[in-house]
Amino acid sequence: MRHIGIRKWGPGLLVMIPSIVVIAVFVYGLIGWTVNTSLTDRTTALPADGYVGLENFTNLFQDDRFIHSLKNLGILTVVFIVGTMVLGFLWALLLERGFKGEGIFRSIYLFPMAVSFIASGVVWRWLLNSAQGDEAGGLNKLFDSLHLGFLQNPWWNDPDWGMAAMAIPAIWQLSGYVMALFLAGFRGIPGELREAARVDGASEFQMYRHVIFPQLSPVALSALIIVGHMSMKMFDLIMAVSGAQYLTEVPAVYLWTTLLGSNYAKACAIAVILLVVVAIVVVPYLISNARAEKRR
Amino acid sequence: MRRLSLVAGIAALGLALAGCGGDDSDNSAGDTGGNSGSGTEASGDVEVFTWWTEGGEKAGLDGLVKVFGEKYPNLKFVNGAVAGGAGSNAKAVLASRLQTQDPPDTFQGHAGGELSDYIKAGQLEDLSDLYQSEGWSDVFPKTLIDAITYEGKIYSVPSNVHRANVVWANPSVLEKAGIDPAAEPPASIADWITQLDKVKASGVETPLSIATDWTQVQLLETVLISDLKADAYKGLWTGDTKWDSAEVTTALNDYAKLMSYTNSNRSSLDWPDAANMVRDGKAAYNVMGDWVAANWQGEKLEEGTDYIYFPVPGSQGTFDFLSDSFTLPVGAKNPEGAKDWLRVVGSAEGQKAFNTVKGSIPARTDASAADYPTYQQSAIKDFSTDTIVPSLAHGAAASISWLNDITSAVGKFGTSKFDSGAVSELQSGLTQAASNNLQS
Amino acid sequence: MSTQTIPAPATSAAAPRPRKKKSSPRSQTARTVRFVLLVLFLLMVLLPAYVLFVTSFKPSAETSADRAWLLPQNWTTEGWKTAWDSLSPSLWRTFQLAIPAALISSAIGSINGFVLSRWRFPGADVLFTLFLFGMFIPYQAVVIPLRQLTVWIGLPNGIPTLIFVHIIYGIPICTLIFRNYYASVPHELVEAAQVDGAGMFRTYASIILPLSGPGFVVTIIWQFTSAWNDYLFAIFLSNTRNGPITIALNALAGGQLTNYSASMAGAMIASIPTLIVYIVLGRYFVGGLMAGSVKS
Repeated sequence: MRHIGIRKWGPGLLVMIPSIVVIAVFVYGLIGWTVNTSLTDRTTALPADGYVGLENFTNLFQDDRFIHSLKNLGILTVVFIVGTMVLGFLWALLLERGFKGEGIFRSIYLFPMAVSFIASGVVWRWLLNSAQGDEAGGLNKLFDSLHLGFLQNPWWNDPDWGMAAMAIPAIWQLSGYVMALFLAGFRGIPGELREAARVDGASEFQMYRHVIFPQLSPVALSALIIVGHMSMKMFDLIMAVSGAQYLTEVPAVYLWTTLLGSNYAKACAIAVILLVVVAIVVVPYLISNARAEKRR
Repeated sequence: MRRLSLVAGIAALGLALAGCGGDDSDNSAGDTGGNSGSGTEASGDVEVFTWWTEGGEKAGLDGLVKVFGEKYPNLKFVNGAVAGGAGSNAKAVLASRLQTQDPPDTFQGHAGGELSDYIKAGQLEDLSDLYQSEGWSDVFPKTLIDAITYEGKIYSVPSNVHRANVVWANPSVLEKAGIDPAAEPPASIADWITQLDKVKASGVETPLSIATDWTQVQLLETVLISDLKADAYKGLWTGDTKWDSAEVTTALNDYAKLMSYTNSNRSSLDWPDAANMVRDGKAAYNVMGDWVAANWQGEKLEEGTDYIYFPVPGSQGTFDFLSDSFTLPVGAKNPEGAKDWLRVVGSAEGQKAFNTVKGSIPARTDASAADYPTYQQSAIKDFSTDTIVPSLAHGAAASISWLNDITSAVGKFGTSKFDSGAVSELQSGLTQAASNNLQS
Repeated sequence: MSTQTIPAPATSAAAPRPRKKKSSPRSQTARTVRFVLLVLFLLMVLLPAYVLFVTSFKPSAETSADRAWLLPQNWTTEGWKTAWDSLSPSLWRTFQLAIPAALISSAIGSINGFVLSRWRFPGADVLFTLFLFGMFIPYQAVVIPLRQLTVWIGLPNGIPTLIFVHIIYGIPICTLIFRNYYASVPHELVEAAQVDGAGMFRTYASIILPLSGPGFVVTIIWQFTSAWNDYLFAIFLSNTRNGPITIALNALAGGQLTNYSASMAGAMIASIPTLIVYIVLGRYFVGGLMAGSVKS
C-alpha cells in the first residue's frame, strides 16, 4: 500500500472496530484469563492462593503423559493436514473445469462435513475396529472379503502409529471443505488469465503450473490454517471414536480430563502450550506470507 | 454524502443488533442465574441434574420422579440431564455451573471420594441434619455411612448401590476347558490363574475379556482388594498403605499376569462389548460391575446356564461398592424443594422404585429382598454381611484428579507388554499419583 | 466498470456455461481418467455413509461391527421413529441458531476481509495476524470463563447466547477466507473504481460484493455447519430444553447402551439440513461468478 491519508483508510478501520472489540474481549480476554490461571496454583475448585511462576509448565514437560499426548498430536496433525490438502486439491482440480453432473460429485464430497462426529463416531468406531480375521468388523472385514486381507491392521489400536489411523475420519470429513476452498479459488481466477496464457502458446500443464497455481496460494493458506486449527483442537472425533484414554490422548483431551479433576491451573497451562506451539508454527508463516504479498 | 448515509446505516444496524441483545437480557433480568429460562418465578421447580439419559438409569430416574410427583404434588421436577462421555460431559457442565453460582437444585455424583472436590471447594451443603430427621443413620449400613462421611459431615444421599468386584463367566466355555462351573469358584488369584491357563489350553484365545482404560482400572482395583485385603486396600486412599510397598508389587504382578490373558483389541471396546464376549462364548471371564446382570436379565439370559457369577477370587466377603447419590449445592434456588427430592431418594419407597428397574440394590438395609430379581437378592444379602470397601474406578475411593492420574498410568500399562519393566513403571506411576493427590 | 449491472447469482448459476468443445483423442482419455478417479473417490466418501444408511434401517439384533456391510435382513423404520421423536423438538431451535450465526458472521467477515485486503489501514497485517491467532484458542479451556462472561453481559442461556458466541468465534475464520479470496481480485478493478471516485463503501458494494458469491458459499457452509454441529458451546450455554439438536443427538448416540439404528437415523436427520445447504449453495460455485462478471 502506498502512502494514503487517514481520510482514505479511516472508514476501513471504523467498520472493523466492532469486530476488534469483540475479538479483544472474547478471544484475547479469555486468552489472558487462561495465561493468568496457568501461572497460579489453582489446582482445585477453590480460588488460587497465589502465583507459582512457570511451575505448571515445567511439570508438564516432565510429564510422560503430556509428552505422549504431544507425540500423538504430531502424528495426527501431519497425516490430517497432508491428507486433506492433497485430497481436497485433487478433487478441486478434477472438478475445476466443470462438466455435467459435477454438482453431484461436489455435493457428495462435501457431505461428510454435514455429519457431526457425535453421530458418525459410532460408524467410525465400527469401521476402524481392530479385530482381524474371523472376528473382523468394519474396514478389516471389507478388506478380508475383497481378498485384500493384507491391508488389515489394528488401526488406532496400534501403540506407535495408531494416531495416523485416527486422522482418517477427520480427512474424510474435511477434504470436501478444502476442495470447496480451492474451487472457490479456481473460480476466482479471471478467465482472461487463462486465455492470455493460451494465446501465449502455453500448454495446459504450463498454464496450471505458472498461471493458476500461484494464484491459489492465498487460498492454500486459508486451507492450511483451517485444517491446522481443527487439528490442534481435535477433540470431538477422539472422544467419539476411542473415548478419553491414554492410547489416543492428545493435549485437548488431556486438558479436558484435567479440567474434570478441577485442576484449572494445569488445564490452562496445557491450553497455553497449545497456543504457543501454534504461534511458533503459524506466526512466522503469516508474516512471511504478508511480506510476499506486499512484494507482489 | 452517500458514504455518510451508509455509515449511518451500518451504525443503525449495529445498534439494532445491540438492541436485540439488550432486549433479551431485559427479559431475563429476573432470572439471576440465567439458565432456567422457563420461569424461576414458579418457586415449585426442582432442577435435578444427572447423566441418566438412557436404559435402566433413565427408567430408574423416571421411577424416582413418579414417587416424587405423588409425594410432593406442589413441586415440579425439572430434568437437567446432560448425556454423554460416561458422565464426563455432565461433570464438566456442572463444574461450570457451580463456578458461575448457577447450580442446579440437586445433582447426581458418585458417593465418596469423587464428591470431595466439591466439598473442599465449599460447594455442597452439609446434610447431617437431614440424616438425623429422616433417621437414615439407622437404615444405611454403618460402613457405607463411614465411606461417605467427610470430616464428620455427610454431604450426599445415596440412591443405590452397585458391586464392582464380580466375575462373570460363561459355563459352557468353562466346561469345555474341563472346569466344573457348578463347583466352588477359585478362592485366590493364583487358583484363578490356573483356571485361566486351562481355558487358554482349551483353545480360547481370550480367557479374560477386558475393554478400555477404566475397565482395566476396575480389574486392578479388584486385584488390589484380593491381594491386600479390605483394610490395606482402604489404607491406599488414606496413605496408610504405601503404593511402593512389596504387597502392592505382588498385586501388580498378579494384575500383569491377568492382563496377559486379555484381548488385544481392548482399547476399542467398552464394557458391554467385553461382557458380551463372555455371553457369546468368545471369552470365559469378565470382571465388571453388577450392571451386567441388569443387561443380561433384560436380554432374558438364564443365570446358571447362560452365565454364572462370583466375587473376584480372593475378595470373597468384601463388597467393592459404588453408589450414586444426590447432593444439595450451596446457592440452590429451591433448597427446600431439593430437600424434598433428597427425602424421596432416601426413602424406602423411592429406593425401591429406583433400584428394581436400574438393576442395582437399595442403600437401605430395610429393603425387602423379595422385590428384586435373583442376582440382586444375593447382592442385598452380601451387602448386609460383607466388609464394604469403596470402588476406585467409580469415584467412591479417590478424588477425580487422583482417579485421572491412576487411569492414565493403567492405560499406559495396557499398551505395554506386561513385563516386569512395565510393572515397575506402573508402580512408580501409581506412587506418583498418590503423592500428587494425597497431600491436597 | 463500476456502473455495470451484476447478474443475480441465481440466474448466472443457471445460465449455461460458454465452453468451447474441443475433442481430441488425448483430452478424451484425460476425461475418462478423470471420471474414473472421481467415481473411485466418490465410493470412498460414501463407504461410511452406506453404513450409516443401512444401519439406520436395521433392528437392534443386526447392528454390530461385523455386520456393518450387510443389508438389513428385516427392514424397520423403528430407529427413524425413535430418532425423530427425540430430535424433532430441537430441530427448529437449531435453525434459529445456525441461520443468523452463518449469515451475520459471513457478512462481517466479508467486510473485514475487504478492508484487510483492499482498503488497508496501517497495522492491518498485524491485526489480521491477531485475528487468525485467536482461532487457535482451545475452546475447552475457556468455556468456564466464557459462561461467566455471557452471564455477566446478561445474555439469556440458550439460542441467543449461542448465536452471539458463534458469530464472535466465526469472525476470524470468515475474515480469513474473504481476505484471501479477495486477494485474488485484480488490483486494477479496485483501482479503476477509485479513479472513478468511488469511496470505500461504493467500491465494496459495486465491485467486491458482486464477486463474493463463492466466498460467501464457503463461509456460510462453514459457519452453518459449525453452528449446527457444535456441541461444546451447546452443553455449556444451553440445556436440553432450550438447546440445539446436538444435545438431543448426543443423548441418543453418545451413551454406552447405544441404540445404533436410532443413532444412525438421528445422525442422518441431523445432517439433512446441512446437506440441503450444500446442495443449494453448491450451485453457486458452478456459475464461476467471478470469471463471468469480469468477462462481461
